[in-house]
Amino acid sequence: MYFGLSEEQTFFQDNVKKFLVDQAPLDVIRQITAEKNTSIQEEIRQGLTNLGLNALLIPEDYGGLGLDLLFAAAVSEGLGSGVAPIAFTGSYVMAPLAIMHGGSDVQKENYLTKISSNTVKFGVGLSEYIGAREDAELIINGNKVNGKALFVIDADDASHFILSDDQGTIFIVDADDSGLEIIELTSVDKTRSYVEILLNNVTAEILDNTVKNNNAIEKTIDAGRIMLAADSVGAAQVMIDKSVEYAKERKQFGRVIGSFQAVKHMCAEMTAELEPCYAIVWHAAHCFDYIPEEARLLACQSKSHISEVTKMVAKKATEVHGGMGFTDLLGLHYWFKRIGMNRQLLGSPELVRDEAGKIQGF
Amino acid sequence: MDLEYGKQYEDYRLEVQEFCKKYKGVQFNDTAKIPLASNNKSGGPVMARSDWQKILIENGYFARSIPKEYGGYGGDSDIIKSRITATEFSNQRIPGPMGGQGIDMLVPTLLELGTEEQKNKFIKPTLHGEMIWCQGYSEPNAGSDLASLQTKGELIDGKWIINGQKIWTSTAQYAQMMFCLVRTEPEASKHAGISYLLVPMDTPGLEIRPLVDMTLQAGFNEVFFTDVTIPGENIVGKRGEGWAVANATLGHERGSLANPNATMNRLNMLINRMKKETIDGKKLIEIPVYRDRLLKIQGKIMAFQSHALRILSSKLNPGQDVKIGKMIQKLVGTELRHELEGLGIDIMGELGTLYEDSPYLRDGGSWQFTYMYYLGLIIGGGTNQIQKNIISERGLGLPREPKVQGV
Repeated sequence: MYFGLSEEQTFFQDNVKKFLVDQAPLDVIRQITAEKNTSIQEEIRQGLTNLGLNALLIPEDYGGLGLDLLFAAAVSEGLGSGVAPIAFTGSYVMAPLAIMHGGSDVQKENYLTKISSNTVKFGVGLSEYIGAREDAELIINGNKVNGKALFVIDADDASHFILSDDQGTIFIVDADDSGLEIIELTSVDKTRSYVEILLNNVTAEILDNTVKNNNAIEKTIDAGRIMLAADSVGAAQVMIDKSVEYAKERKQFGRVIGSFQAVKHMCAEMTAELEPCYAIVWHAAHCFDYIPEEARLLACQSKSHISEVTKMVAKKATEVHGGMGFTDLLGLHYWFKRIGMNRQLLGSPELVRDEAGKIQGF
Repeated sequence: MDLEYGKQYEDYRLEVQEFCKKYKGVQFNDTAKIPLASNNKSGGPVMARSDWQKILIENGYFARSIPKEYGGYGGDSDIIKSRITATEFSNQRIPGPMGGQGIDMLVPTLLELGTEEQKNKFIKPTLHGEMIWCQGYSEPNAGSDLASLQTKGELIDGKWIINGQKIWTSTAQYAQMMFCLVRTEPEASKHAGISYLLVPMDTPGLEIRPLVDMTLQAGFNEVFFTDVTIPGENIVGKRGEGWAVANATLGHERGSLANPNATMNRLNMLINRMKKETIDGKKLIEIPVYRDRLLKIQGKIMAFQSHALRILSSKLNPGQDVKIGKMIQKLVGTELRHELEGLGIDIMGELGTLYEDSPYLRDGGSWQFTYMYYLGLIIGGGTNQIQKNIISERGLGLPREPKVQGV
């Protein structure tokens, strides 16, 4: 019996973290968020692709690394810790899983191979299945789709999109289709991109096994939620680490503020709440592949619980930094906003808990 | 990640399940003495609590790694087997072994630091439930700052003479013995002046006064010492080493105050209640506001349960680092249980306030009782504020609060 990340998983995660610390320090994050698609962002993308992030989950038969979701969770945690300005959850976790679970053999051969060789890149938009806002809705008619998808993730330089209707039928569209219009959404989290897509008679390739079959979309969303949760855990841990570091240095009333119980207890509370989050998100990722009967509930509960804990951490960590925490200068807000965005993506805590209730027949 | 225990353990599980079937519904004819024992009315075998204890030891379900000559099972310690036993017992509602401070704290202390004579004399009757112990640590002026305790012990003519007062002494009214911390070296510094003594509760000069707590039970006592005289050999470790002796096993108590599996069982009870309980004829589980609160706390409990697996794993896999993970258990576990019990009250509204023998009482009033009881545990065993000091100082390396001059 062993509960935790394996040596390989930890090693891989450390490599991701180290890469980000070296190649994407705060001034680089600032630069990228100020101006998208710079050459420096491209270098970071390339560097992480070299580590194999795009091919992590894809079976070896299709040129991938054939690793499991716990591996991806370890990576996601690493990306969150460095507020990585790249696509991951949508392009390299949800997209391949949607195709692996919903695609025909031909579709798998075609797309999975191309994801591993980095010749196609997917943006992913399944929000309308989870809960449509505004007038967002996609209508499939034969092989044509009309409508609007909101909060499509990882859309930056995507060659294709994976979208679904409200019944869970998943389809692929080409980003170059003339009936497709992409409108950028400006969110607080500038480390990743979010768009809306308008579709006017766009040609869709429906994933064969997703018609009247929710299995693929549920697996895809579960995995996405686990990734976002892991990303938030990584980001929250950095916020705690920075707080502790700051509390050991900053002096007021002639002593370091970390010697005041008011400050120390905030650090202890953040730590005490975050520590079990590692366990539940790893547990959820493990069950996703190996214990399916427990997987759905764990995926929902890890997403909603971690969203609550990391929201608390984001607030308290900012408070420990006092006025500096509130400034742009310190840059702590990148982690704050990353956590804030992860909380809402693929279902806010209330929505996800409601789903957890339905899974249990409540 | 590997959550399988392996075939030998699955065989062991079947063996435990067989045992549980045999003793399903076991009842005790002397449980009144044991606080918080479950009242079993389901027509199983009837016996004394201490006989049950012996059956558990004979089968290796309790005191597994304690040598036979001291009254244990004499096997190897096996964390997975212990866990399987606990899980199966809990699932089948089979009562576990007696706990208490003698078994949980004194026995490990004696095994580690006691003399051969002390081990022979005390461990067996303690394990077998024939000798109940209470812990004499806290004093009215020594709570969180335990090392400032002032109860005095003097060695005169080879006998310890003790004077002073202890407080928060649970089970003192049933106990035959007390292990306590006493200041024996008044000249030494605070921590170096304490000894760990073993006091028979029937010694003349020792007076017990019950202390009724907010649950309206006398869960605690005050114990007064007036020239209480005990044999000189009733000391564990050397003179002045009492603080170290006590700390050798203090960590053990903290972890055991908040068992996540017990909390999960309690959550399942709450779910069942919410499926039955109604407002205006509508089941609570179908009312969104209550349902969301239930699901919210379920997430917390699931995380804490997964966390316990990680702690378990660290015991089986040396080198796995969960230092901070262990430090948070008492804080998180007690707060979580208190919150859960509070939700049990909230979902019942006015009915949730009923207590003791009231009409309309639900689940024996246990939600109110446990809600208050866990507030006691939040304060006891090192207050949760002290736990936060421990996490931030020993876990995160933040500096201690500076000492105020002149105190």
